[in-house]
Parts: sequence; structure tokens; C-alpha cells
Amino acid sequence: MHQTTYHRASSLSEAVKLLNDADDGKYVAGGQTLIPTMKQRLAAPSDLVDLRHIADLKGIEISGDKVKIGAAATHAEVAEDKALAKACPAISHLATHIGDPHVRHMGTIGGSIANNDPAADYPAALLALNATVHTNKREISADDFFVDLFETALEDDEIITAVSFTLPEKAGYAKFPNPASRYALTGVFVAKRADGVRAAVTGAGENGVFRADPIEQALASSFDASALDGITIPADSLMTDIHASAEYRANLVAVMAKRAVQAANG
Amino acid sequence: MGIEGIGARVVRKEDKRFITGLGRYVDDMVVPGMKHAIFVRSPYAHAAIKKIDTEAAMAMPGVIGVLTGAQLKDDGIGNLICGWMINSKDGTPMKMGAWSALATDRVRYVGEAVAVVVAETRGQARDAAEAVEIAYEEMPAVTDAVKALEKGAPQLHPEAENNLIYDWEIGEASAVDQALDGAAHVTRMKLVNNRLVPNAMEPRAALGHYDKAEDHFTLWTTSQNPHVARLVMSAFYNVAPENKLRVIAPDVGGGFGSKIYVYPEEIICLWASKRTGVPVKWVADRTESFLTDAHGRDHVTEVSLGFDRDNRIVGLKVDTIANFGGYMSLFSSAVPTYLYATLLSGQYVIPKIHCNVRAVYTNTTPVDAYRGAGRPEATYVLERVVETAARELGVSPAELRRKNFIREFPYQTPVIMNYDAGDYEASLDAAMREANYAGFPTRRDEAKKRGKLRGIGMSCYIEACGIAPSQAVGSLGAGVGLWESAEVRVNAAGTIEVLTGSHSHGQGHETTFAQVVASRFGVPLEQVSIVHGDTDKVQMGMGTYGSRSGAVGASAIVKALDKVEAKAKKIAAHLLEADESDIVIENGEAKVAGTDRTLPWFQVALAAYTAHNLPEGMEPGLKEGAFYDPTNFTFPAGCYIAEVEVDPETGHTEIVQFVAADDFGNIINPLIVEGQVHGGLAQGIGQALLEGCHYDPTSGQLVTASYMDYTMPRAGDLPSFQVSTTNTPCPGNPLGVKGCGEAGAIGSPPAIINAITDAIGNNDLSMPATPQKVWAAMKASQ
Amino acid sequence: MAEISMTVNGRKVTGTVEDRTLLVHFLRENQGLTGTHVGCDTSQCGACVVHLDGKAVKSCSMLAAQASGSDVLTIEGLAEGGELHPVQAAFKEHHGLQCGFCTPGMIMAAADMIRRHPQGLDEKTVRAELEGNICRCTGYHNIVKAVLAASEAMSGKAKAA
Repeated sequence: MHQTTYHRASSLSEAVKLLNDADDGKYVAGGQTLIPTMKQRLAAPSDLVDLRHIADLKGIEISGDKVKIGAAATHAEVAEDKALAKACPAISHLATHIGDPHVRHMGTIGGSIANNDPAADYPAALLALNATVHTNKREISADDFFVDLFETALEDDEIITAVSFTLPEKAGYAKFPNPASRYALTGVFVAKRADGVRAAVTGAGENGVFRADPIEQALASSFDASALDGITIPADSLMTDIHASAEYRANLVAVMAKRAVQAANG
Repeated sequence: MGIEGIGARVVRKEDKRFITGLGRYVDDMVVPGMKHAIFVRSPYAHAAIKKIDTEAAMAMPGVIGVLTGAQLKDDGIGNLICGWMINSKDGTPMKMGAWSALATDRVRYVGEAVAVVVAETRGQARDAAEAVEIAYEEMPAVTDAVKALEKGAPQLHPEAENNLIYDWEIGEASAVDQALDGAAHVTRMKLVNNRLVPNAMEPRAALGHYDKAEDHFTLWTTSQNPHVARLVMSAFYNVAPENKLRVIAPDVGGGFGSKIYVYPEEIICLWASKRTGVPVKWVADRTESFLTDAHGRDHVTEVSLGFDRDNRIVGLKVDTIANFGGYMSLFSSAVPTYLYATLLSGQYVIPKIHCNVRAVYTNTTPVDAYRGAGRPEATYVLERVVETAARELGVSPAELRRKNFIREFPYQTPVIMNYDAGDYEASLDAAMREANYAGFPTRRDEAKKRGKLRGIGMSCYIEACGIAPSQAVGSLGAGVGLWESAEVRVNAAGTIEVLTGSHSHGQGHETTFAQVVASRFGVPLEQVSIVHGDTDKVQMGMGTYGSRSGAVGASAIVKALDKVEAKAKKIAAHLLEADESDIVIENGEAKVAGTDRTLPWFQVALAAYTAHNLPEGMEPGLKEGAFYDPTNFTFPAGCYIAEVEVDPETGHTEIVQFVAADDFGNIINPLIVEGQVHGGLAQGIGQALLEGCHYDPTSGQLVTASYMDYTMPRAGDLPSFQVSTTNTPCPGNPLGVKGCGEAGAIGSPPAIINAITDAIGNNDLSMPATPQKVWAAMKASQ
Repeated sequence: MAEISMTVNGRKVTGTVEDRTLLVHFLRENQGLTGTHVGCDTSQCGACVVHLDGKAVKSCSMLAAQASGSDVLTIEGLAEGGELHPVQAAFKEHHGLQCGFCTPGMIMAAADMIRRHPQGLDEKTVRAELEGNICRCTGYHNIVKAVLAASEAMSGKAKAA
């Protein structure tokens, strides 16, 4: 790792000031991606501003059909929250399968979506749930938030404070993990509401997380796995790497979508 | 056997320190004044070095020295070598290219060491390493061995025309061709044995310390064979004379072959310590391990197996191209020849065998022995072609094997090996029983109802352990002898220290070797200590690899015990005023047979050292050494049966049952033997399902250079294993043991692939059988 | 440089380290606690697992400064009063280790796993929960056995108490 200077912020305003005072600073929450990246010298921020101790970023609240998850909630906290598991089991299931138990104790939802790894799990959930990303400056819809590979709508000094969404009627997530890294080789999150179905795909798209129109259309009339029988997903905008060809990923999108619907239907 | 002796399921003595965090690995060592080394490595697979400028790096904070290959040459440090001479079939010796521990004019694989920075801290050394300026002129690279042999391929070494190191054969080609021409059926396959990275969990490390006062070097290193390291560094690399070099391999966190060899970093840490005047420590990070630990396997093979009308094998023809990487590693040449082709007879009577092997340079990491070394490659070839033949012939794979089994011993194969003992039907029957082979169709039908494709696959392997005897391997080109040494020291109060040239890096020698001693005298295990891994303590030894510690290392201990026992009996007879032939030593005492006259063990020992009352002319002391040179290899064999379920939608394979029935001869500690089998199976299953190197064919970059891309077997990828043993004792060594360290890795890959190909109905499937590949194979056969 | 202080194995410790110092290096090099190992660079192998404020984390993926103010438990602090922790005892009893390098992380992970599953564990759960710990020697067979045995022993203890 290159030299860096560590700062611990105790409030949002302090964090913003610390970052703006730095040469080339970066926020860190759980650090489960950033620290390994720095170790490999693939990132070299002059300063790290630690957000993990800011009280405002913590907690998971459910009131009525609204869910709000603090940005610093760890994957383990999301996975283990009993009220959330009852209200939206799909998101608990998703959190339970991010990384491994040790990573889940540190990694946060805010950190994950700010990084927008094209194979991360949360972006699919947020996009399918039509979630809102709250920052210290504004609210951003998930549709606008995820821009491209490792790119979001966030400004440099902007801090995610929470993620919120309205509970869907049903939701499900199915992931086929990359055998080596255990990130999503392909993951599909489906959410059904009165006004339609949203299905978001992670791990497969050349430009990161995306909504899968053919799946949404097929499920709009019948939210049943059989509605997806024989569906073909175009492979042309999907990724090819040593682990999976675009063609194979296209197959996985269809298969994982079916399994996500099955999970949603319990 | 007793509760602690040979055959007892004793929990390990060495565990205490490991489970409490008190193990002592090389990276745990601290020497006063110690500084840290970071290597500057080639980012290119193939390039000419035009200029190395170290000035900027030297000026960085904390930097003590920046050293290059030119200085290494100035100091007369020799090139790395391969220590086993193989001659091509035209009689010419193998073509070995020069390999300097620090490259001077050209680099031949990504990760090759070019310079080293020594600094106060690891971080400072890494900062400065980035400031070493090296001007490279990139050259075209080739990573595939088949392509490297083609006309116009990039050329690696001037010594090796067309990148060919040797073109070797065994057996008579024309006789095999004739047999195949006359065969009723010939099964032909093209098989790839995927390249693997050993991935011992402890990365390699070295700490070199030059003591100016004594003009003496000490090296702490992650080695499976510290004595061989010392010998090679003295005799060939000119680092220091043997009497001025102490090599210590303390606790070592796994080896699997990768820690047999002497690597550039070990040479450099010693040399740099003298150059800079400070002790120098280097510890690999995982990416360095991926790039620089000797890889394993990487064969491309064409095989033809012929049968007569009665389904008896008439001949086997094998043509293999072996990828050696950019340089010849220490024992690389022996792996695809004497450890591979000599095992191609398997468990079968095969009248004619011919194998041709071409060894090839490519712009990849050097390849050498990895758990099994040649034998997994041989077993994969034979057991896939036999299973496929059974399917083509429409007969049961088990019965086809049974029909062709060798049944009389000793059995001379057409490829050098002389099998001393075995009962292949016994392990086949045991495995089939345990697997409920007969009940498979019912299970397959049940799985089908759940939407899963269930398949069953078998592998009957044989392997050769305890490579020997020295004279024979010498005549085949080995640069060293392959015996082992032991010294048994009975202390004056009766405790016992055993010094062994074997090295434990997970095998549990501190327990099994102590059991051998405890058995002999009936003393408690805690009174026996095993000393290993230090050239200043143990005089000379050959180390641990090729499952040799039991068959060779423990046999040397037995020989030394024989001498100790003989002397102890003389002393006891003298003190008990009995005839020597009437003395027995058991349960911690010497006694006169048939009487109640006894002498506690410690009193025998004490008498040897007080020397107040010894038989006339006897020297004081009770300490004996022995060297043991086996008369033959040992031949563990067994039968593995895998059962899998494939998800037809994703191609994902789940192993639902894995049965192993092994014949290891006599067993010293079943608990430890089972553990060895489990570990071997995991590595073999890893090869079959998960692991494989991917080099970018154009740039020569290793794409699978971290756990993000190279799939290590995890707990969730594996089932619990059903392991059992059968026993035909090895007639060739005093303990009747054969060796168990590699069997799992040797026998399991074909069993897994045979099971998957059975499930999906397509024999054309290569390792690793990733979900994507299985899915594609299913699609192709639709 | 960062001034840090934390509790390690029940003892208050302080140190001045480069900000970039990882927690694992602080433990190994500043505190001499070499039982915590480094086996990879990408946060997968789990040889470095310690407990931070009671939860298993990877000490190679965290700066020492991030852990300042926290309570850290390493493998060296797991056994209480000279008696092996039930997970340590089970690893020995069931031959859940060979070379020993992954073992400290494995044991710390297993202790955390058992804490999070007071209702008990089954083989499938243990295998899934070991996702963050790689062993190259044992094939996991005996590790799984050891974790199950320890879980049982500890719940037995809890029931008895």
C-alpha cells in the first residue's frame, strides 16, 4: 500500500471537511473492497476518511411499508435484522450471500453501492426495488444512481447516508456465484408491485447492473417462473471473461430469473 | 499395537502449538537488524532487458541496497539448474537454457525476478521497487506448448531449437502400432491435463543471514528438504560451501511439491545479506506465489488403447507434450518421464506400451512436481480412456477393469516398474460395496425426478512412492541419491530424540515417527521427540516429497532402532546376568523372557551413559544412526468412485458421494492417513472441477493470478468423504508401509470427470469441468 | 504516523505506526502475536481472521488505525487460563489441521460461527459458513467434523450452565 493518512470522522460535516481538505481523499466505510485494492496499489488515496463511526449512518428502520437502511449498516446487520427478514426476505437473503461472514461483519450497504462493482449484489436489489439513495446533499433514484462500471451519480465529496424503498408485494433474488471470487457471475433480483415487475441483473452486463426488459415483460402478465419458459436473453451486451461467455451469462440470466421468481413466490 | 504404537489412532503431538497460534513459520522469525526485500519482477512474458537504472530507487527513504543480476554474476553466483538428466531418443542430452536468479539480458515469464530492493521496512522496499527503472523491449510470447513447437513460434533459449527440451520415449513404438493394428477395438482420445498452482497456504519466504565474524550463512526457508537446498546452493550455485551454510526449515505451511525446489529468492536473500551487511527477509505475497511457485501438470496427450475380441487390452500408445515454462525447474525433467510414463500400465496387464514425451519451453512460470507429479497425469490418461472404452464397448466399466487386472506379483510392467504386491480386486470390491454401485440406477432415476442429471464414475489408480533405489535412479539421470537418514538418541534418563532427514510440513511426523519408536520400546509418546528441518542438527537427509517419509524416512528410523535395541539388549543382558537372546524390551522395560527379572528402560539408558558397568569392550552411550536406501518403489493402489449431480440449467456439478478405497499397506496412524487422503482428494477434485491456469495467449499474462480468478476448493465445494483401506503389506520395507500423501490427488480427477461425462452423456469434457464447460458440453451433445 | 490504542487479548496496547499499517501487521510485528497469518492479498483465505469487538473480521483488510479503540481477540488469547477453548480442543481431537497455517483463522472463524448459531449447526451450514476460510491440506472433512463437535460441546456446556 502507498502511504496514506487516516482520519476518523464523527459527523457528516466533519467527514466532508476532512475530504475537502485532502489532496486526493477517499471515504472508507467497511473498506472490504477499498483496503484490498489499496494493498495491491491499484488505488492510492492521499487520505482516508472513515465513516464507520458516524452515528447518523447507522440503523435499519421499517415503518409501514417504508424501509430505510442506514448506509453504514453492515451486510451482517442487514442479514440478521429480524423485522427486515419478515418484511422483505429477499434483501436478507441477498445480504446473507455477500462475500463471507467476516466480510459481512465489516462491509456496508453504502460502501457497496458507492463502489458499484458490476458483480456486486446490492445494485440489483436497489434497481429492482426502485430504491432511493439518500446522501448528505440529495435523494437519487436507483435508476439514476448506477451510471457505469464502478461509476455512480455521486459527487466526490458526497456521502450516502441511507437507502430506502417501499416494500414490494413480492421479491426474490437468485445468484450464481463466480466459482473463484464468489461475486455474482450472474444475479437477478425481481420485485413485484401492483404497477408491474422490475427485474435487475448484476454480474452479467458489460456496463454493470441493468434492468432486463424481456423478463419484466414476461412476468408482467403472470408472476410465475413458468412465464419465463423458453425466454431468450440477448447476449450482445453481456460480459465475456474467463469464467463465463456472454452466451452462458445470457442463459444464467434466464435461469436465475426463474429461480428468483420461485423464491419470491416462496 | 498398544494405544500409542504403530496402528493406533493417536491425536497429533504437534497440534498444540498450531491451535494456540504458537507455530513458528519463516515469516514469524525475527533476527536483530533484519531488513526486508522486495523483488522487482518482469511485467512481460518475453522481453529483452535494455537497461536497468537503480539510482532513483537507491535514493528512496529507508533503502539499503538495490541489487541486480550483473552484481550477482560479478560475485560468481551460478545459474539455476535442473538436476535430473534426460536424454532424447536420439541420444542427445536435454537442452537446458540458462536461468540466472536475477535476469540480466532477457525475461521469459511474467514475474521473473530482475532486481531486489532491501530496505528498512517492507513498505519502503515496495515503494523503492516501483522506482527501479528497467527498459524492456517486448518480444512475442508463446504460452501454449503445442504452439511453441510450431514453425515460426517465438524462440526462448538459444540452446533449445524449436523450444524443444527433449523428445523422449519409452517402449517400442512399432510393437505397439502392430498391436493396435490388430486390435478388435481401439479407443482414441485427446486429453489435456490442466496447469495448476500448488497454493500452499503459507506463501514462500526466506530469511538470509550472513555472519561476518564466522564467514557463515544461515537461511530460514520454506523448504520440504533443507539438506537438498544446502547441497544445491553449495555445489551448483556457489552461494557458500556446505560447512558454511546452515539451512533451517522450521514449521512450514504446506508444500505439495512447490517447496522442494531451490528458488531464486532463497539464493538472493543469502547473497544480499552478505552484499548489504544486514539479515534479509523476503515473504511472498499471494500474487507472487501464483507467478513464481513452480506450477504443476500442463500436458496435452493423445492416447490410443487397443482391445482384443475378448476385451483384453493389447496395447497402449501415448503421445504427450509437456509444458515446462520459461526455465527448467530443479526436478522438472523427471516428472513427465520417469514419474509419468512408467506408471502407464496402471493396474492392468498391458503387453505393449509406448509413450513419447516432448518437453517444451514456453513463456510461462516454470513447471515441476506438484502433489502426485506425473502419476496424476498418467492416471488421468489411463482411467479416462479405460472408462471411455467401456462405454464404447458397451460393457460395465468395473468389469472391463476387473478383466484386465494384474493378479500375480511381483509383476514386471513393460515400462520399467516392477510391482511388488497388490490386490486390485479387493479395493475395487470395497469401493463398489461402499458406494452401493449396484443401487446407482435407482438413485439416478430419483435424481431425474428432481431435475438433476446423476452420474457415476470410477478410477482405479496405481502410484509409485518412495522413489528409489539410489543406484537405479542414478542410472536414469538423477543428480542425487534417494535414501534417507535417521539417528536415534536415547538420552541418559531414557527419553528419546529421533533426528530425521524427512521434513514435516503438515504430515504429522512428530506423531507417526514417535509411534514407531514408542512401539519398539513401549515408552510413552511424550518421551519421544522428533527433530527435523535443520542442517546443523540433522547430518544429512533427502527431505519429504513423493510420499516417501513413511516408506523411506521411517524405515531409516527402524534401522537405527534395530541398532539401538541390539545394544540396549547387550547392556540389559549384562546387568540382568542373562543371555542376550533372552532379553525382550517392551512396556518400557527390559526383561528376561520367562522370568520376572526386569530392568526399567531408563536404567538401561542410564547404564549406557554412566558406563560404570558395561559389557567388556563396549563403548559408552546409546545413540545410533542409519541410512536406508530402499530396494524398490512402493506401489499404493486403490479404487475411487465419484457420484455427481449436474444441474442441467446451469451446468453446476455437485459431488453427492465420494468413495475411496486405498491399499497403503500397513498403517502407522489411521487418523493421519485419512487426513492425507482427504487433502489429496480435495486437490484432485479441485483439479477436476475448479482449478486451472489461464494465460492470455497474446500478452502471456497469467490471468488467474489471485483467488479472485483461480478457484480454490472451499468447504462448500466438497462433500464429506467415505474413505477406507485394504491392506497388502509392502514386502520391500521393514514396516510394510507404502505411502499415502498423493493418492487422493492421483486417483480422483478421472473419477470425477468420468462421473460428469456419465451424467451428461458426452465424453468430450476437459478439466476443470466448470459450470460453463459442462453446460456447453451438454449443449453440444443435444 | 498514527497513534493507536486498543485492547488486544484483554490487554491495553498502544503504538505509533504508519497510517497504512494493516491490523494484521500491527498484531504480528508490533505486538509479536504471530499466530495471525497472511495467506493472500485479496481478502479470501481467512488466515488472518481475528475477532474485533466480538465479531470475526479479516485483519488483513483493515488498517490498524481503523481498529483503534476496539477490542481485539487473536488466536493467542482464545484459550482461557491455560485450558484450550472447545474449538481448539475439537480441532486437535478430530485432526482438523495439518500444516497449521490456516488453523488460527479457521479456529477464530469457527468460534464466531458457533456464537452466531446458538441453536446448533449442521454440516451444510458449516460448509457454507466456511466460505471465507481456505485450507489446502485437510479437504475440510475433519475441520467440518471439528466445528460440529465443538458446537455440540459448547451448547452442551451452555445447557448445563
